[in-house]
Amino acid sequence: MTFLAAIGRTFLAFLVTTGQFTLFAGAAVTHCVRPPIYLRMIGRQMIDVGYYSLPVVGLTALFTGMVLALQSYTGFARFQAESAVATVVVLSITRELGPVLAGLMVAGRIGAAMAAEIGTMRVTEQIDALTTLSTNPIKYLVVPRLIAGTLTLPVLVVVADIIGVFGGFLVGVYRLGFNAATYLTRTWEYLEPGDVISGLVKAAVFGFVIALMGCYHGYRSRGGAEGVGQATTAAVVSASILILMTNYLLTGLFFS
Amino acid sequence: MTDPVPMISLAGVTKRFGDKVVLDGVDLDVARASSMVVIGGSGTGKSVMLKCILGLLAPDAGSIRIDGAETTRLGRRAREQLIGRFGMLFQGAALFDSLPVWENVAFGLIRARRVPRREARTRALDKLAAVGLGPEVAGLFPAELSGGMQKRVALARAIAVEPEIIFFDEPTTGLDPIMADVINELIIKCVRDLGATALSITHDMASARKIADRIAMIHQGRIIWDGPVGEIDHCGNAYVDQFINGRAEGPISMQVRAF
Ligand SMILES: Nc1ncnc2c1ncn2[C@@H]1O[C@H](COP(=O)(O)OP(=O)(O)OP(=O)(O)O)[C@@H](O)[C@H]1O
Ligand SMILES: [Mg+2]
Repeated sequence: MTFLAAIGRTFLAFLVTTGQFTLFAGAAVTHCVRPPIYLRMIGRQMIDVGYYSLPVVGLTALFTGMVLALQSYTGFARFQAESAVATVVVLSITRELGPVLAGLMVAGRIGAAMAAEIGTMRVTEQIDALTTLSTNPIKYLVVPRLIAGTLTLPVLVVVADIIGVFGGFLVGVYRLGFNAATYLTRTWEYLEPGDVISGLVKAAVFGFVIALMGCYHGYRSRGGAEGVGQATTAAVVSASILILMTNYLLTGLFFS
Repeated sequence: MTDPVPMISLAGVTKRFGDKVVLDGVDLDVARASSMVVIGGSGTGKSVMLKCILGLLAPDAGSIRIDGAETTRLGRRAREQLIGRFGMLFQGAALFDSLPVWENVAFGLIRARRVPRREARTRALDKLAAVGLGPEVAGLFPAELSGGMQKRVALARAIAVEPEIIFFDEPTTGLDPIMADVINELIIKCVRDLGATALSITHDMASARKIADRIAMIHQGRIIWDGPVGEIDHCGNAYVDQFINGRAEGPISMQVRAF
């Protein structure tokens, strides 16, 4: 009996959490399109999400492009298909690895920071203080982060795509001995706009997911420093898992 | 009382967290343009009561009327309108730590009253001066201030928009006696000169006697005594008597064990 009760309680808690999350997400999204919009806050967040993530995302993309070239060369050499290296690199980067790796890195950097900042504001009553100063905290704190996340991640991914392809180029030309012009031609030859665009759409979705998870967990944090710590962890873990899940769904949607 | 409709009127307000009943039927009236001070032991729900009135917490039962109008079932829009009439000094200051001091004080002016930033800054500096802080702190961040300074900045922020109803949650805690008296004067001025209705919480009886028109005492989730400040010393209530004289012996027993 206690066993069933435990299951029931867990299930009810799950339903409550789902409901709360849906309400939060709904409120956040509706506030995105309702004035006033705090442009100053959006700008500040875009700099945070975009500019300060550049080094991390750039390095990730560079080494991913490099290792892709190296791996696909040694792999494809087994059936004399080395010439496909450039194509493999550019397609993998633009379609999958650019958005996913940038998303995961930004989830660790920005999702955590958002959860920590909003969580601290919650436990120190700053969110209550916003309300008493006639400022809707969802509008002031959450909406700018959602907009910045959604708009900025695609830009980051464009940069990541370029740097990733460049990494592959470096290894291809200087280590594997491809002709530079041939490598570049191969890169362009089979690349279609849809490859890049699908990656950018993924990036926008991931940016939204990261910001939503960071804000949601921060907004609901309870009980001092420990609660904020838990919120931070939950934000990063849930954003990362959701990125991988939605990535599969979106890939299925785009390329089926 | 001349005004029949109290500015703030609580009737049977109940609030519990889980199994723990914090407010157990609070009844309290605060007349327009008067200063009410609520006293009571630590953890008796004074801060929770203020948050219920502000709508930051939803009471489980009871009625809260502001200016005669019921507020417990307000929609979002109406709630936003109502909250514009309030100012609140939080017990823990609750300053925005990503903004410099002057922007904290000017926050309500810029966001709610749509005052241009330059003018809002001038007015913020005036309010800072009124709580004894010079222009040199205006550019600092809250983390760079002492606890007492943070409290005063929070006070300046609460009164900056000149709200009709102001809540002060322990305004003088953590201040030296002289600065505490400056703050007392400031609160009195808000009520006298601006005609604001003030509801303050304090443990500082000297401050309570100075700023209050009436004093109410909360104990075990109810208001057990409420009367003009002049009557508090001979109100004949043993709880109040014990509290204002700060005696460990009496009807209010502290759950402590000798070690
Ligand atoms: N968000 C909350 N969740 C659960 N319990 C809470 C919450 N807020 C307050 N409480 C509980 O309500 C009780 C009253 O808290 P409150 O902060 O109102 O006390 P207080 O009268 O202001 O005390 P103090 O004079 O020390 O500030 C406390 O026992 C506290 O544990
Ligand atoms: Mg309190």
